[in-house]
Amino acid sequence: MRELLLDIRNERLSFFTPAGEVKALNDVSIQLYKGDVLGIVGESGSGKSVTAYSIMQLLPQNAKIIGGTIDFNGHRINDMTEEDMRKIRGNEVSIIFQDPMTSLNPVYTIGNQIIEVIMLHTNKTRKEALERAEELLALVGINEPKKRLKQYPHELSGGMRQRVMIAIALACEPKLLIADEPTTALDVTIQAQILELMMELKEKLGMTIIMITHDLGIVARMCEKIAVMYAGKIVEYGSVDEIFYNPQHEYTKGLLRSIPRLNDKDKKKLVPIPGTPVDLLNPPAGCPFAPRCDSCMKICLREMPPYTTIKDDHFSACWLLQKKEFEQGGGKK
Amino acid sequence: MSKKLLEVKNLKQYFKVGGSFFKPRYVKAVDNVSLFINKGETLGLVGESGCGKTTLGRTILRLYEPTGGQIIYDGQDITKADMLPYRRKMQIVFQDPYASLDPRMTVGDIVGEAIDIHKLAKNKKERQEIIISMLERVGLNSEHANRYPHEFSGGQRQRIGIARALAVNPEFIVCDEPVSALDVSIQAQIINMFEELQEAMGLTYLFIAHDLSVVKHISQRIGVMYLGKLVELAESNELIFHCAHPYTKSLISAIPIADPVTARSSKRIVLEGDVPSPLNPPSGCRFRTRCPYATELCAEKEPELREISPGHYTACHHFDKID
Amino acid sequence: MSDNKKNILSFQLDVSDFLPANEEEKQSLVVMRESVSFWRDGLRRFRKNKIGMASLIVIILIMIFAFVMPEFYPYSYEQQIRGSENLAPMQYSKQELERIANGEKVFPHILGTDSLGRDQMVRVMMGSRISLTVGIVASILVLMIGSIYGTIAGYFGGKVDLIMMRIVDIIYTVPDILIIILLMVTLKYPLKNLADNNPAFSWINTLGVGLICIFIVFSLLYWVGMARIVRSQILSIKEQEFVTAAKALGASHSRIIRKHLLTNAMGTLIATTTLQIPSSIFIESFLSFIGIGVAAPMPSLGSMAALAIDGIYSYPYRLMAPAIMISLIILSFNLLGDALRDAFDPKLKN
Repeated sequence: MRELLLDIRNERLSFFTPAGEVKALNDVSIQLYKGDVLGIVGESGSGKSVTAYSIMQLLPQNAKIIGGTIDFNGHRINDMTEEDMRKIRGNEVSIIFQDPMTSLNPVYTIGNQIIEVIMLHTNKTRKEALERAEELLALVGINEPKKRLKQYPHELSGGMRQRVMIAIALACEPKLLIADEPTTALDVTIQAQILELMMELKEKLGMTIIMITHDLGIVARMCEKIAVMYAGKIVEYGSVDEIFYNPQHEYTKGLLRSIPRLNDKDKKKLVPIPGTPVDLLNPPAGCPFAPRCDSCMKICLREMPPYTTIKDDHFSACWLLQKKEFEQGGGKK
Repeated sequence: MSKKLLEVKNLKQYFKVGGSFFKPRYVKAVDNVSLFINKGETLGLVGESGCGKTTLGRTILRLYEPTGGQIIYDGQDITKADMLPYRRKMQIVFQDPYASLDPRMTVGDIVGEAIDIHKLAKNKKERQEIIISMLERVGLNSEHANRYPHEFSGGQRQRIGIARALAVNPEFIVCDEPVSALDVSIQAQIINMFEELQEAMGLTYLFIAHDLSVVKHISQRIGVMYLGKLVELAESNELIFHCAHPYTKSLISAIPIADPVTARSSKRIVLEGDVPSPLNPPSGCRFRTRCPYATELCAEKEPELREISPGHYTACHHFDKID
Repeated sequence: MSDNKKNILSFQLDVSDFLPANEEEKQSLVVMRESVSFWRDGLRRFRKNKIGMASLIVIILIMIFAFVMPEFYPYSYEQQIRGSENLAPMQYSKQELERIANGEKVFPHILGTDSLGRDQMVRVMMGSRISLTVGIVASILVLMIGSIYGTIAGYFGGKVDLIMMRIVDIIYTVPDILIIILLMVTLKYPLKNLADNNPAFSWINTLGVGLICIFIVFSLLYWVGMARIVRSQILSIKEQEFVTAAKALGASHSRIIRKHLLTNAMGTLIATTTLQIPSSIFIESFLSFIGIGVAAPMPSLGSMAALAIDGIYSYPYRLMAPAIMISLIILSFNLLGDALRDAFDPKLKN
């Protein structure tokens, strides 16, 4: 019986800014089981980072969950106080941020920053915590761990800093690891190292991972399930093979068509998705992708499409799929 | 026989970074690079951070004064020439669509600045006409001319930057990572636009990027840089499928393929260690500290860029051992 | 996911819903927000700042008080009224009482009179006028010299910058009061001769040598703070990519400085100049207080305060009026400058 670790149901979240209400998440639901590796794919404004931060309640003051529930590891996140959240952050759920250059505090040693989280959540003494920190650095592939504990962040390269971030995230053996674009700021060869490391750690420690990225190549390699987000909504969800080889949503199809492929021998013209990303202050009434969709129908502009099941565990929110069902039903419902 | 539009010979760009007055220390950002670009062609330039590709692009435009070497444009040595007339022929598109547009100027004025500097319009009406035709060429319209950059999305701002570069009707454009800061779905639009413009206006591009997939798509030939040196130069398909330098090989292997079956099955060459500091590059071949094929020879003697087959150059002592 | 399927039966669907939408229908959903320039944006932010708006209104009122009202006031600042010496506020002298009894309308001395029978109210007005004029003129001098100097140092960098900033460092160490006194002593007679012999320079006598010296010293010494601020602004703006872009287009140095660097630094410059004003006013008041400054009979808030010190126990109001006025002027400009900085400083923008 698989353990349901994260259950987000119909989450709606908005940022209340001086310019107006930015509807960042519009009815997002995710079920994550222990051991899953879920990739959340989307562009800027899709809400992928916001979803992850809302699990850890790391959003700014002006962000409010206005609907839905988040259940994680037996906690109802919506109802938890800041004090309760602090107990689980770093402990049951950890996050790795995008920019390793700025996520480490420049005035503390590496050792200090790792043991900070250990001593916050466990009863270990400082000496024990330092030993554990050394273990962790070795685990993430940093050579000479004892020496590194005494070094400062500026003495390490970007790749090594990201490894330190991973070590801090794993320090208390969290049930869920959230990686928010962990390799975007790194060079390609260093990115490959970090991804290899994450794959190894997943095998070794059996972690549940949410990988947030805009890079389809990374999800193809690392993830088992993918949620494609657009304008605060999951527009398609499925296994990695289904999404890449049987995409059903026009946005997913568009993304796959528009990325240049290294392996193509002959020059195929890229098919871009026309238009610009949606303005979340003024989202359209119907499907948020409608203005950019080649197959846009009249109903797409009026109503938000419901989810259609394509296969087991493969859903998509698109009126085109509803149209098929509708037609099969004889033109009247 | 295609004509060389731009050629650089032994170009050096060293930046002084401290050290004492008598013994200054330099970062050799571009160290003895030679290459040429034919008219109408796109030469791609890839490499990771610190390799010098952006510095090379800007030095070609004399935005930095070269420390040594020559820049030859259309047969003329422009290394020390007055650049103003050449600014009309050689332009640049920048990476960051947020920082490369003056936030206090309207879009129309940004595009029109070049027209004002080079006096390309006889009167206000003509100036406005040129501005609007440039905006339309990049997919914007006349009503955008009175707005400010912060009102546009990243992709649109990049279009404005391209319109600005086109306003002088250039022959050669240095594209300095023009799509890296954009969303994936917008990248394809801008890449297509570059290609269309090249066909319509007969442009020559130096396309600098760290994403090899993008570079391969748009370029006829690709150069690979590492720590200030050009390590390989070849026609695009030749480089990807028959590469002859260990760094190029690992770069290709490191790129995540957006195809699950291939991704699961491909063998990955993961380099050990980090990029060495550009202040203190390794002796001999700069790549040897991370190279799986390195030998003693590599530490003693720096490999020269040699032509190993027509149009295919590499700087490696052991290129024949790479499968 | 299973909960999300909307009940299809809850609304009517028909075949026409599934027809393709045309371009116009799609485009109508894409609308651009109203255009707003940097200045309008900043002004909007400024208007929201209540303290800033309040201080602006106070300053406008003070300006009216200092520049407009004396023209309509029945008394003038140098007019010595015999018999009306040392009157308390709203008190009438014997002669004035007689005149009122005769049916004449005598405007009261709202703040009383000083030991020479001069109406204090109009003197406070004139003193404010002097303070404001000095403050604003001196600040403009500082702005012009400082920004030119700072721009050149910041833009050209290298050795030019090095030498120019070392000069600034040296100027910083010069004691300003000493220089003013020295200048006053050395320039007093030459300037006086100039004023007496040449009618074109007679205004020197009205302003007083002291005031001229103050202006000279401001031009020589006080611009250094502004130069440093402008230089640092120029240095940071210079690094931005749009300046490199302008260079790549072929823009000349002067074009880049005028159209790109200074326009982007404008917000900070305005705020800094506004904050410079109270500082200049204070220095002028202080100098007048210690006796170097505007020449009598022209009143300055500082010199009025100095005169009032002697009679502080008998006539406390004579000190309070100018003191409160100085404080009010300085406070309003400080608050205004703060509000302007908040409104126009790009770093605070999100």
